[in-house]
Amino acid sequence: MSKRPDLTVDFAGIKSPNPFWLASAPPTNCGEQVMRAFDAGWGGAVWKTIGAPVQNVSSRYSSIDWNGQRMMGLNNIELISDRPIEVNLREITEVKKRYPKHAVIASLMVESNREAWHTVVAQAEDAGADGLELNFGCPHGMSERGMGSAVGQVPEYAEMITAWVKERARTPVIVKLTPNISDIRVVARAAKRGGADALSAINTINSITGIDLDTFTPRPYVAGKSSHGGYCGPAVKPIALNMIQQVMSDPDAALPMSGIGGIGSWKDAAEFILLGSGTVQVCTAAMHYGYRIVEDMIDGLTNWMEEKGFASIEEFRGLSIAKVTEWKHLDLNYKIVAHIDEAKCIGCDLCYTACWDGAHQCIHMDRVSGAVDGPVEMHRTPASVEAASRSRIAVTPVNRADIASAFRGVEHGPFATPLARIPRVDETECVGCNLCSLVCPVEECITMVEVDTGRAPETWEERSRLAGQGASC
Amino acid sequence: MIESDRCLNCFDAPCTSACPTHIDVPKFIKKIGTGNLRGAALSILEANVLAGSCSRVCPVEVLCEGACVMHRYNKQPIEIAKLQRHAMDTFHTRGGRLPMKTDQERSEKIACLGAGPASLAAAAELRQRGFQVTVFDKRPLPGGLNTYGVAEYKLSTEDSLREIELIRELGVEFRFGVDVGDSDALAGLEQEFDLLFLGVGLGAMHTLGMPGAEHSAVVDALKFIEDYKLGLSTSLSGDVVVVGAGNTAIDAANAAVRLGARSVRIVYRRTREHISAFDFEYEHAKQEGVAFDWLVQPVAVHAAENGRVALECLKMRIDESGLLHQVEGSSFRIECDLVIPAIGQSPLVGLLESVRDVQVERGRVVVDRETGQTTNPQYFAGGDCVNGGREVVDAVADGKRAGAAMAKLLEGVHV
Repeated sequence: MSKRPDLTVDFAGIKSPNPFWLASAPPTNCGEQVMRAFDAGWGGAVWKTIGAPVQNVSSRYSSIDWNGQRMMGLNNIELISDRPIEVNLREITEVKKRYPKHAVIASLMVESNREAWHTVVAQAEDAGADGLELNFGCPHGMSERGMGSAVGQVPEYAEMITAWVKERARTPVIVKLTPNISDIRVVARAAKRGGADALSAINTINSITGIDLDTFTPRPYVAGKSSHGGYCGPAVKPIALNMIQQVMSDPDAALPMSGIGGIGSWKDAAEFILLGSGTVQVCTAAMHYGYRIVEDMIDGLTNWMEEKGFASIEEFRGLSIAKVTEWKHLDLNYKIVAHIDEAKCIGCDLCYTACWDGAHQCIHMDRVSGAVDGPVEMHRTPASVEAASRSRIAVTPVNRADIASAFRGVEHGPFATPLARIPRVDETECVGCNLCSLVCPVEECITMVEVDTGRAPETWEERSRLAGQGASC
Repeated sequence: MIESDRCLNCFDAPCTSACPTHIDVPKFIKKIGTGNLRGAALSILEANVLAGSCSRVCPVEVLCEGACVMHRYNKQPIEIAKLQRHAMDTFHTRGGRLPMKTDQERSEKIACLGAGPASLAAAAELRQRGFQVTVFDKRPLPGGLNTYGVAEYKLSTEDSLREIELIRELGVEFRFGVDVGDSDALAGLEQEFDLLFLGVGLGAMHTLGMPGAEHSAVVDALKFIEDYKLGLSTSLSGDVVVVGAGNTAIDAANAAVRLGARSVRIVYRRTREHISAFDFEYEHAKQEGVAFDWLVQPVAVHAAENGRVALECLKMRIDESGLLHQVEGSSFRIECDLVIPAIGQSPLVGLLESVRDVQVERGRVVVDRETGQTTNPQYFAGGDCVNGGREVVDAVADGKRAGAAMAKLLEGVHV
């Protein structure tokens, strides 16, 4: 039997049985929770940010539901830990004593003076933390007091405080970056200059999730008012992936990266690792479903690694970074067209309306009337197709013959769906944009098929360089 | 809400095409999904003014829900009828009213004969366009079969009347207890009104036409359901035999079960494969505990003890060519307390023949399908008297088309 893939990681010197860490947030509020999380399988936990205790408000969270799914995005206005520093430190010591192989990272945020940082760094390390995460990202509340994202948005401050911490720290220092900035690389570079050992990204995104249309008050509601909060959950994953790619492909910014942002499954985790993350941090998914979700994250990632032949996380970490390029390096002569599998099509015709209204008018309802290829003027428009159906007189089928002709009539052709309702792609006009395949509700029904343009690969950069040299096409 | 989110929002949706009134199903479902219930109800009502009734009585399995693309995706179809009922019930509870389509009052007068679904749909369409509409019916309540003939468990009298009240509020006048069934009365109406709409439905139910059929323990299905709906009969204790296996027979049999009958059986001269009831209606009756006797032909009703009757029947057989034969010497009797014939309605031949120049073929008024206009241009027609007896939604579609055509005709004349 071959050896199963190894999930252990060494993240900037911090060892962890697997790359799945709980992010600094309510799931890591106290020692009791962290220990239960470790029992469930989490490899590490970044403790709920420690600093001068605060008082929180009630309520604190609000969310975005989408199409019947709860919490596609979560927003919070909770501050850092509201428990005394001494209690948090004592519990860190206790957790480390009982779980010496798991990673416990202390997330820190204190006012911006050297003394305060030196003190808290010493306290956390004395308590036994394996590493420190500097919270330069919290976008609400704390930022009004000159901390959190107020630091993370000013490269000079971020660099200075990182340097202060590094003067005293004996354990690895991770700087947590805020996405509420126009170019995340600028602060990542500053952290690196300040001596950071690693980065984590992204923190939450400034947000107002919604407004109660009866009271006109945004959510979450606090005594007639609300405040902007930090947005996270599945909705932010694409933003996080992009920012991580940006940082990891910049030599002046790249450091060991702990990826954060909408991770809820092993697939999400694999994507973050493929873009260079050494560990991943999870919060919303654990808040939604509990610590137990880590079981499939571990199991699924292990199985996938085995299937792909990866023995360790390092073997595939960062493989996708180089596959993200600037637009100017894309091949202009590569072409794909949409292909509809008639046997799978259920006749919802969403691809048709999407192509007409949202793309390039090259999907047509003309399988029965006869295929016509060519520009938009040659085809019936969606409005005329719909009007024809609406003007048709329909009656209730009242006997077997009626019902048979209504649902199994000759017009159905060889497929379950009536031929008249199966759209056809005009491949001469199709630009290969993918939209139809994205709206199709049936898996593998619309696929994008490569067609040979007969032209050698050529990028926009190459083409404009040739044009600049006066070459003709 | 969750159900509304399942709807794929098909383009040129098959559910909409399958509906005789072409309710824009994805449109109203998405409105429910966004919490715009008023908008959902109004977009339904724009297509079908009796949408509340239809959401209860429509055979959706062979209409919108039957056409749902989810069937081809191995998924349950969207529960369109339930969503529509939700939208309509909310609309009614919140005191919603039907909108007018114009601010302009028009002087032309239209009479709708019969207060069933076809006439009501025509009346609403015309009134919404500003015309003066009067609906006539010989009964004391509007709604036709919706009020009197659809089994209570599907559509209550109250729900039917609530919906019609909105049409009255539009300004449609109702005259009840008026029999327009003779030439003189019709001639008067032709003078008083610019156009007339025939939405008179069908006539009496076919009688058993056999010895003893006039016995007081023989009550036709529509009369039986009507008494049940109006609360005239509230309980039943004995054994009931329903003759026939159409949708009305099923309604009557289920109603009998619900009224407390000791046993209910349906006798039908052919087999399960030949019944005209929809499959889901048949399944429903079986679940209610209705027994089915196939290949049984009643031939006479005999008085029995204690006011009971004995239904004399013969066994039947079907030969290779599909012809039905009586089995000799197979005579037997079923003793029961009530026999309910449900073997179809006869056309209103008498009334229809008294309408001048309106062509009637095999008991059905001949119309132009697009407009509902009859061979006498002053008369339009729709519903069961035209189609021989279909669903409520078909009658509504007929009435609405005719209403729109009449409006167009009158607007053209006076421009």
